[in-house]
Amino acid sequence: MSDVTASAPRRIRMTVIGPILALILLVVAGAMMNPNFLGWDNVTNVLARSAFIGIIAVGMTFVITAGGLDLSVGSMAAFIAGLMILVMNSLVPTMGVGVPVILVGMAVALLAGLAAGLLNGILITRLGIEAFIVTLGSMGIYRSLVTWLADGGTLSLDFNLRSLYQPVYYGGVFGITWPIIVFAVVVILGEIVMRSTAFGRYCAAIGSNDQVARYSSVRVDRVRLLTYAALGLLVGIATIMYVPRLGSASSATGMLWELEAIAAVIIGGTVLKGGFGRVWGTVIGVLILTLIGNLLNLTDFVSPYLNGAIQGAIIVLAVVLQREGKARG
Amino acid sequence: MGDAVSVLALRNVSRSFGPIEVLHGVDIALRPGRVHALIGENGAGKSTTMKIMAGYQPPSQGEVLLDGQPVTFASMGQAEAQGISMIHQEFNLAEQLTVEQNIFLGRELKRGFLLDKPAMRARTRDLLDRLECRVSPDRVVSTLSNSDKQMVEIAKALLRETRVLVMDEPTAVLTRTETAILLRQVRALREAGTAVLFTSHKLDEVEEIADDLTIMRDGRVVWTGEASLMDQHAMANAMVGREMSDLFPAKVSTPGEVALEVRSLTVPGFSRDVGFTLRQGEVLGVAGLIGSGRTETFEGLCGLRPATGDVSIFGESVRIDHPWQAQALGLCYLTEDRKTRGLLLGKGLRENLTLQALAKFDRGLIDTGAEERALDQAIADFDIRGHRGALVGNLSGGNQQKLLFAKTLLADPRIIIIDEPTRGIDIGTKQQMYVFIRKLAAEGRAIVVISSEMQEVIGLADRILVMRHGRVTGELGADATEDAIVRLAMGVAPSPEKETA
Repeated sequence: MSDVTASAPRRIRMTVIGPILALILLVVAGAMMNPNFLGWDNVTNVLARSAFIGIIAVGMTFVITAGGLDLSVGSMAAFIAGLMILVMNSLVPTMGVGVPVILVGMAVALLAGLAAGLLNGILITRLGIEAFIVTLGSMGIYRSLVTWLADGGTLSLDFNLRSLYQPVYYGGVFGITWPIIVFAVVVILGEIVMRSTAFGRYCAAIGSNDQVARYSSVRVDRVRLLTYAALGLLVGIATIMYVPRLGSASSATGMLWELEAIAAVIIGGTVLKGGFGRVWGTVIGVLILTLIGNLLNLTDFVSPYLNGAIQGAIIVLAVVLQREGKARG
Repeated sequence: MGDAVSVLALRNVSRSFGPIEVLHGVDIALRPGRVHALIGENGAGKSTTMKIMAGYQPPSQGEVLLDGQPVTFASMGQAEAQGISMIHQEFNLAEQLTVEQNIFLGRELKRGFLLDKPAMRARTRDLLDRLECRVSPDRVVSTLSNSDKQMVEIAKALLRETRVLVMDEPTAVLTRTETAILLRQVRALREAGTAVLFTSHKLDEVEEIADDLTIMRDGRVVWTGEASLMDQHAMANAMVGREMSDLFPAKVSTPGEVALEVRSLTVPGFSRDVGFTLRQGEVLGVAGLIGSGRTETFEGLCGLRPATGDVSIFGESVRIDHPWQAQALGLCYLTEDRKTRGLLLGKGLRENLTLQALAKFDRGLIDTGAEERALDQAIADFDIRGHRGALVGNLSGGNQQKLLFAKTLLADPRIIIIDEPTRGIDIGTKQQMYVFIRKLAAEGRAIVVISSEMQEVIGLADRILVMRHGRVTGELGADATEDAIVRLAMGVAPSPEKETA
């Protein structure tokens, strides 16, 4: 019997190189168009801005790899921000302005994120409703709740608390701000979990064929639930970083974050229908999306108002490249 | 008719994928009004040969001759236009369309701009009648059984006024009755002058229907000629290239303590009140017709479907609602459906092998070194052939089945339920699987083998449970006859051989 296996498939080549090439291209183009582009200030600015979407997108990578989707992360972030601000403001009269209030606020954000993620996950796994439908619903619910909490306007953090809290966004060590540090830690952990733990392996197995996973004694529902819970927790962490930036939350907070996060995941080479995920790819996806906005702001080549159009074109292009890679494999 | 010029032939055809040549100088000629059987082990090159004949792939070297003239098919559409149709092992049907819409897909009858529905309806009825197929033309294909889907595929081919019909294992998913109908159709096509090429692993069918026979091994034609010159035994020997004396290993079992005891197991909608005991070192065969609820019963037992009943494992009463609970108790189910339930076709060998027992390799992070060693071991133990870095979907059926075996055994189950251990695999690999199964029993594991092949059940099992309509209709000893099994499976008058153990 001959071994009729065609040469070892070197699959998805273009999707590995594609995003990296695009990123390099953007950086080179940026450096040529504006000398300030590679300056320390701009680089840290870009990274810090990437951090919110980036932290969420790492969680989204796991959800999508396991064959799921979460549309609610943007409004979830807004709701958590609103809740956090309300709780902290209400504690000021009793606890005074101090670090403990902020710590309580952070705990509230983490717990709320975890609870929101678990709720999505339970509805999806226990009741067997499509992830798209569940999270479309919760997206509307959280968006509406934050509008209601803010009474249609803006929730602002107590002024004194705000200055105490601000270093979490603007401060840092060795000139690297906290959001960048947290983002980096989340990415490194995410990459390790995806690449070399049983959980990451199970996510990919479930995403490529959940029946096979079930027949292989994988606890499919529990793994799926955990991906949503982890994403919720990461939304909480991103919100903790985000609130000190503006010190407020409104119905417009976190608008379209879900789309940016999903887009970053896809651009990075994770397969939208699940089965294969790449955390470092997601990071590149996030950087590409942020850099485009940044470049358009720094140069007057193209109107910044066309930011969305260019991002959209890149998302479509990324998916086209993915398909080519698959056909080749 | 024997001297008729070939309608479609390959002359000295070779085919390479990348650097690997899978066909070496193949010659084969189909003559009108003759049925030509192509047999060989998995990976012998049958599928590639058929694809080249049907215009799906061009040959790397050599010629395709149509009516004696060299032709090049730029696409399967061109081959179809010349009257060459191929029916695939995996169905090529639009699942959400009706039977009629599928039959006429791409060649709808029209009156002006509008579809001529009455004409298509009449034609569909006519085709289905010829096939003795009772499904309504309005049924959505996704609701059909596999055998009915096969009939729809054949109806599609019939509609095209086919001169050459290429069928890749058309009977693999059919029951005996359905196979008989199919073979009748094949004979009718033969009478009408069509040249038929078909492959099958069931050598009795080949003996029954084929006029001409070609046997392939390792990408070469090793025998070709009049089918009447070969009997089943000679075919098997030629396919494997060695003497196939004992297909089944000797049954040397010393039943130990009771490993599994099942009482009044009910899987709603599929089976009622099933009970049996299974001892260590024993192979229990489960026979029955397709649709008798065998698979569902055992999936229910292993927590893959909702089920009720009293189950005890090694004397301890247990409750199993999820497959992982079953595995924790040492009970594993090996699915009959390796492509959609058994293996991740888009992943590599290593990831598939360790998926079921990943906890063994989990030291916080996965120990990939240990995984690689486990893969080495599995490749050696189970004689898995194929490129180590290949995707599992690119392995041949036999190698996939071996990998599925290795994967399940990595979890070290004490009780193993094996559903259709040799479906769609060649005779050489079958023999290997039988040896594995007996070896597992000899190691003291308790084994259930569910199979639609009666020879297999009889040759392999120490005791045989026969199911019909979701109930156990009888239990037979190792000396059971096919006749006794059929009687119990069909519910014909209680057989005199009926025993109880």
